[in-house]
Amino acid sequence: MNNISNKAAIVGIGFSGFSKDSGKTELHMICECIKAALDDAGLVPPDIDGIVKHSDDATDEHSVTSSRGMGNLTYFGENRWNGAPCAMVLRAAIGVTTAAANYVVIYRAVNEASKRRMRGSSRNMAQLDTGDLLQWTYHAPFGLVSEAGRVAMIVRRYMHEYSINSDQFGWVTTVCREHGAKNPDGIFYGKPITMKDYLESRIIVDPIRELDCHEETDGAIALIITTAEKAEKLKQKPVYIRGATQSQVAGTEERKGFYRPAISDLPEMKHMGERLFAMAGVNPRDIKVAQLDDSFAPLVPMQLEELGFCDRGEGTAFCDGGNRIRVGGELPLNTSGGCLGEGHIYGVNHVLEAVRQIRGTSSAQVSDADLVLVASGAGGSTSGLILGGSR
Amino acid sequence: MSIQYNKEHPLPTPPMIWENMGFWEGTKEHRLVFQRCKECGTWVHPPRPACPKCRSFEKEWAPSGGKGTVYSWATYSESPHPAFVAPYSVVLVEMDEGVRLISNLIDTKPEGISIGMPVEVVFDDIADDLTLPKFRKVG
Repeated sequence: MNNISNKAAIVGIGFSGFSKDSGKTELHMICECIKAALDDAGLVPPDIDGIVKHSDDATDEHSVTSSRGMGNLTYFGENRWNGAPCAMVLRAAIGVTTAAANYVVIYRAVNEASKRRMRGSSRNMAQLDTGDLLQWTYHAPFGLVSEAGRVAMIVRRYMHEYSINSDQFGWVTTVCREHGAKNPDGIFYGKPITMKDYLESRIIVDPIRELDCHEETDGAIALIITTAEKAEKLKQKPVYIRGATQSQVAGTEERKGFYRPAISDLPEMKHMGERLFAMAGVNPRDIKVAQLDDSFAPLVPMQLEELGFCDRGEGTAFCDGGNRIRVGGELPLNTSGGCLGEGHIYGVNHVLEAVRQIRGTSSAQVSDADLVLVASGAGGSTSGLILGGSR
Repeated sequence: MSIQYNKEHPLPTPPMIWENMGFWEGTKEHRLVFQRCKECGTWVHPPRPACPKCRSFEKEWAPSGGKGTVYSWATYSESPHPAFVAPYSVVLVEMDEGVRLISNLIDTKPEGISIGMPVEVVFDDIADDLTLPKFRKVG
């Protein structure tokens, strides 16, 4: 197959500590992360000639390039929405494998917890594009104004169709916090929870509890991507991009898929997963660790189903008791803690953790983690990666 | 119980745009209308420049029978916006025409809502220039 599979690799990682108040601007954090990623890879700023960023990020490639003393860029652009993280890696891989650039940095920096100047969630109505406006017209006047509400609407229907009790979602958060408690860089280091804590946590928007929701976080991450050949000459063990795909399906609206045939489905995740496994030439049972979108806990069992790790309606049973999804189980999930247990860097932290697993440097390391799946953006524009320690 | 508003805070009502104007003009006159394709008859909501099925740009605002069932719902126990007083519920209604609409129920407590519950449209004139289509339980 003539595609980018095995032709590019992640060669450098840099990240800030995640916290409730970084005390810094996003630009400052990202410059520090890029420095760390360059040092990690054994590269210098002028080597970087490509940047892929998130469209909601409050920094731009010009100020980053100038601040870091980088050279001329030949490739730059941005990806949107919650499905961006793996898509940013795909875009970087396309850049290096087509020789549009040699070394591409991707980054995300957010001060979501401290609200120190952040773009995206604070956008006002006048800045919305026509598609967003059409949705907001029909949602906001009725009080459906939060992400938790959108997810609650979808999860209610999912529970109805598969006879699921909302208590069952608690194992996802419990295991994520168990993993996050081992992660010294996360905001819940040393702070695991029990199922009892979950069941006692307050209802935000029924059926979503407080402990179903990601934790607002300040933090930043940078990753460097180059070709497999160049990667093999650098400092770190290359983390090969075995598969990378995006999906958007017809008949849906970004993050508000209330109008498609069944709102309890994640059709983008299914479509993305099928193409991802075909591209990487592997099956779900070959995957040793997965980093799934846990911005809200109930999205995790839905992804397990759509990605083919279990049958439809069996996702919560798969997570029940936590033994299959914790380190040591058949499919450890979100080993850094993810959005529920490490911090909400909008899923870029999931890509970072996949790299650490393959390098063998995770704080919740899985033995023989040579194939790791990452999924971003459950319920809207979606992207995914399969990363490998060999090609 | 119906959704309660805190009158000191304006409701989040985004500007009307060309594609959705007919819908809101309809509710102001207490008529529920949805976009319907003139070529193939497909009902479309939210409105679109063209029919997603046959791709025709020929469309009209067609009257709905106003009846449907609750497809899903969510109950806010904490208000995410100062204009809305919690607790309140938001419902996703599947109309008999096949389209779905986000709305609120009147005269129904959260514990009285169930998926599949038959409902019909009522109109709530919440401001001089805005009427919201809401629903009440039938039977």
